[in-house]
Amino acid sequence: MTPQLSWYLALSAVMFTIGVAGVILKRNAISMFMCIELMLNSVNLTFVAFSSFFNNLNGQLFVFIVMAVAAAEAAVGLGIIIALFRNRESLDVDDANLLKL
Amino acid sequence: MFDTNNPLLIAGAQFLGIFLAFNAVLVLTAYLSLVERRVLAVMQGRLGPNRVGWFGLLQPLADGIKFIFKEDIAPDKATKFIYILAPFIAIISALMTLIVYPFGPVVTLPFSETFFGAPVTFPMTVARMDVALLYVLAVTSVGVYAIALAGWSSNSKYSLMGGLRSAAQMISYELSLGLSLIGVILMSGTLDLFSIAEQQGGWFGMKWNIFFQPLGFFVYLISAIAETNRVPFDLPEAETELVAGFHTEYSAMKFALFFIAEYVNMTTVSMLAATLFLGGFQGPFVAEFPILGPFYFVAKVFFFLFLYIWLRGTLPRFRFDQLMNFGWKFLLPVALLNIILTATIAVFFYSR
Amino acid sequence: MIIADLFQTLIWIVLAGLAIGSGVAMVVQRNPLYAAISLIGVFISFAGFYLLLGAPFIAAVQVIVYAGAIMVLVVFVIMLLNVEEEVRKPLRLKFLIPAAIFGAAILFAQAAFIIYSVGASPVRVPNADAANSQIGLTKSIGTGLFTDYLLPFEITSILILMAIVGAITLARRPTVLLLVEEDYDGKKHVERRTLKIDNI
Repeated sequence: MTPQLSWYLALSAVMFTIGVAGVILKRNAISMFMCIELMLNSVNLTFVAFSSFFNNLNGQLFVFIVMAVAAAEAAVGLGIIIALFRNRESLDVDDANLLKL
Repeated sequence: MFDTNNPLLIAGAQFLGIFLAFNAVLVLTAYLSLVERRVLAVMQGRLGPNRVGWFGLLQPLADGIKFIFKEDIAPDKATKFIYILAPFIAIISALMTLIVYPFGPVVTLPFSETFFGAPVTFPMTVARMDVALLYVLAVTSVGVYAIALAGWSSNSKYSLMGGLRSAAQMISYELSLGLSLIGVILMSGTLDLFSIAEQQGGWFGMKWNIFFQPLGFFVYLISAIAETNRVPFDLPEAETELVAGFHTEYSAMKFALFFIAEYVNMTTVSMLAATLFLGGFQGPFVAEFPILGPFYFVAKVFFFLFLYIWLRGTLPRFRFDQLMNFGWKFLLPVALLNIILTATIAVFFYSR
Repeated sequence: MIIADLFQTLIWIVLAGLAIGSGVAMVVQRNPLYAAISLIGVFISFAGFYLLLGAPFIAAVQVIVYAGAIMVLVVFVIMLLNVEEEVRKPLRLKFLIPAAIFGAAILFAQAAFIIYSVGASPVRVPNADAANSQIGLTKSIGTGLFTDYLLPFEITSILILMAIVGAITLARRPTVLLLVEEDYDGKKHVERRTLKIDNI
């Protein structure tokens, strides 16, 4: 029995849920950022699984673009986190409630 | 007699290939350390290790025994799990790239007709991958963690400094390393290292990419030296400022793993340079006598390894801000310029 | 090829265990660096899944972009800022816990139903020639990106350019320290000193 499409979908759902739970439970800006990356990745897994099982390229191309967006997000997100830390001396998102630096 | 397409047989042959490649490179690295010490000694007017065996030929063995039997000390406040994990990441990421390099052209197994009924031909590489070049970049990029985590987990200021420096340095130079390869990829139109090496066979085996990509070769060489943390880019382990940088707190076999990983990295980076820019196994008479291929390949790799040692004997170390300025303000623009030039020329003169 | 199928399933189970274990560890760990290492485990196991799915290009790019670039930056920032362990704070919205459990149960049921129906549905295209499929190889991805998906590709490059500019403007804001010193005759000297991430 080879891995089925449903296995991949179930795994992807589980990973996405873990990511959501992390974003809700974590208070640290870097940890929340990492959980968002995990959510993006689980969606990527779904795309590649569909692309492979339906013999269609579009899913993989979309994954490529999602990765570019994730890279852009990482650059800006980490820049914001560093700026936040410089001004607040803390990475707790509860301390960053002024809508400005 | 045997079915040569049997997947188990192919898997067995690949395991044999991996075994041979790993062992050859590990022995090579052991003797590379000896060669480095002897050559440096000659450059500095000393003798170097010459007591163990003939001309010191058993010195690597003695070093290995010493590494194994030394006491393995871990700092009290170290983060144990990561502290132990880091050297393994280093050695695994260094060794894993070996399977994609083409060591020689397509050869025919001698006497294969009598055994298998038909001549068995195979390329002298363990795995021909469609994405071999990306695979190399992916595996080597994981090696950064070894140094960064080793620096962090040792709980020592020197180690942390070394780890931070190396993370910054390797991120910066990985960019120009990757971009310098794009010129070659544009010219050859494939990511398969074996095909890239095969395509350089024209001009009596001398149609090497270096003649078309001198700028790319230059950028690749410099950023490869920076990626392997060698002089003049050895800031992560600068012994005059940071004791030994990221591996200050490592001892015995864990230190040896870092040491071997550095030398294996040197070798693999030289192999990549030889394959992409110096024609890999291509050379005069390779088309007639394919068995010459591995010798050319090894000779080219040795040339790069000697270059590394030569640089170590010659150049002083960069300062950190010089390193960053050089990487971002000189090497990266030059690599981009190379891509633009190659793409422009390829559009007008290459018909594919 | 029953052995090959079994082997594939075995690899799938190992990779899934690694992914879920690392994911749970990432959420449970309070030390951000441990969380980052667990996340790298997730990324590498996902690259393994992509290889199983016959997408070697995406697998290599996954390792290069996520494990090699993004997480190195994250680890670098964690080490640079010397982030301490999180402190657990008391939950403010305690009364929402039953509602959350109820919602999670409904979502779980829905997900199970969808996965069950997809698993049973006959929509799957039988790729008879899976071994010789060109999908997922470099050439097909390049062709797709530069023909059908050219506009999204260009928009992505503009997005990345914007991200570069944004990151530089964010990071260039120097922190200004005001150093106030008093002379021996009571005169105050104010010195403005800017902190930059230079000379690590």
